Amino acid sequence: MFAETPLVRRKLRREAVAKWIFCAMAASMIVPLLLIVGYLVIRAWPSLSLRFLVDMPANHMRDGGVWPALIGTIYLVVLSLAVSAPIGVLAAVYLNEYARDNWLNRLVNMAVINLAGVPSIIHALFGLGAFVYAARFGYSIVSASLTLAIMTLPVIIASTREALASVPRSFREACWNVGATRWQTIRAVVLPNSISGILTGLILQVSRAAGETAPIMFTGAVFFKAIQRGNPLPYGLHDSFMALSMHLFTLATQVPDVKESIPFATAVVLLGSVLLVNAAAIGLRVYLRSRKRW
Amino acid sequence: MSEPHIVVQDLCLAYGPKEVIHGISFEVQRHEIFGIIGPSQSGKTSLLRCINRTIDFSAEAAVAGTITVNGQDVRQLKDVYGLRRRIGMVAPLPVGLPLSIYDNVAFAPRCAGLTKRSQLDGLVEHCLRQAALWEEVKDRLDSLGTKLSGGQQQRLTIARALSHQPEILCLDEFSIAIDPVTTMRIEDVLKELRRHMTIILVTNLTQQARRLANRTMFLWSGAIVELDRSDVIFSEHPASRKTYEYVNGIFG
Repeated sequence: MFAETPLVRRKLRREAVAKWIFCAMAASMIVPLLLIVGYLVIRAWPSLSLRFLVDMPANHMRDGGVWPALIGTIYLVVLSLAVSAPIGVLAAVYLNEYARDNWLNRLVNMAVINLAGVPSIIHALFGLGAFVYAARFGYSIVSASLTLAIMTLPVIIASTREALASVPRSFREACWNVGATRWQTIRAVVLPNSISGILTGLILQVSRAAGETAPIMFTGAVFFKAIQRGNPLPYGLHDSFMALSMHLFTLATQVPDVKESIPFATAVVLLGSVLLVNAAAIGLRVYLRSRKRW
Repeated sequence: MSEPHIVVQDLCLAYGPKEVIHGISFEVQRHEIFGIIGPSQSGKTSLLRCINRTIDFSAEAAVAGTITVNGQDVRQLKDVYGLRRRIGMVAPLPVGLPLSIYDNVAFAPRCAGLTKRSQLDGLVEHCLRQAALWEEVKDRLDSLGTKLSGGQQQRLTIARALSHQPEILCLDEFSIAIDPVTTMRIEDVLKELRRHMTIILVTNLTQQARRLANRTMFLWSGAIVELDRSDVIFSEHPASRKTYEYVNGIFG
């Protein structure tokens, strides 16, 4: 009754082949990651040490560490998120929870989608014109952070909206039915149950802000900046600054006779900090998922 | 007969270009169980949403006609939240909010501004008892409402609908997702609640309306086919042939 006809055998064979092709494609993602990380670490090995993190560059960037660049990148990430996170999350709450389908909200939606597609070099030019010159913030951390904030905003809005939309509508209706306002509903039910998605989306923007080079190159990042050692807040908001991505670019292209392992070590620091933050995002998501409540 | 509790007059409702309720009028008396039967798409749920004005959340919905509760036109009311608190609403699928059992019931009173723990405690217990759930959950009020079984969640939903002490309770096909035994328990609860409030019972189990409702309205694609005492609707000779055929399962 269940004898294998040639037709059935062919079907099963195709199923197996399809599965292996898909699996191979998925697994091939591991290869570039391992190659990149492995290659970088091996080439960077001679320079990798804790000293490398906390030392100033020395001998015209040919020696020493990345301390000012590391601090600059942390500044950038924190400041740009401090601006874009509240605006993005609140805008997303409005768009997802309050907005009706009218021309204004369609316009906002269109702006968000298109802003997300603007290349970072265009953001850089915008930041240069708007913040460095028009707003007279100069070539500074503020200008660069604001530029990065505008660049990350649309993605934060999109990921937050997705997180909010994952809370079933029936929960909202149940709240409305007992006389809760929209805000009471959002505070009691919607936000507590979408916070994991919102935070994950925010944290993923950290790596983007840390990795971008063009926007900060145009708006405030410099080749070298001497900062006070031992001061945890060495930059003022209107100072120009060093950042890891920019530092890597200059080491690789502008500095002759640099010790070979130093650019690689810089890359490892950048990649390592980004992966660290992403791991934190994954950990947070796993933790919050484990307390998922329906 | 005393003044009717709810008066609906020439109610029309359209979603965009599609009209789903075509000018219906009826009255609901105080302390009666008012049954509404009809197949899906006949406008039963939309009607309830017009009464507590959650229809406001559907941007494309256009309402015409008047609905008065206690002589007040609900469509003119500024305080829709107050209106919704006077009307308890139970949806077809049980919705335990992702909060503790206690918070599920205490949510509405808190939204209305009640914060005293002692008062809330009393109210939560009272509502859970009214919904015949207290004995099963009294030892685990802190556990999640979403983790209860379907039948328990539906009783939790009823307890939540009672928590703002409504004068009208609307039940929208409350039994479609729960077992017959639980349904019978809730029906007993409703018979008891009837002494304190008016109940609108939307159901597509015609026999449920027969068991519970004083009067029953047969709604068919947005229009009233027949509205009469339940013993007439479910007799051998209702006014409309269509009613007879529907309640006896000849069609629909």
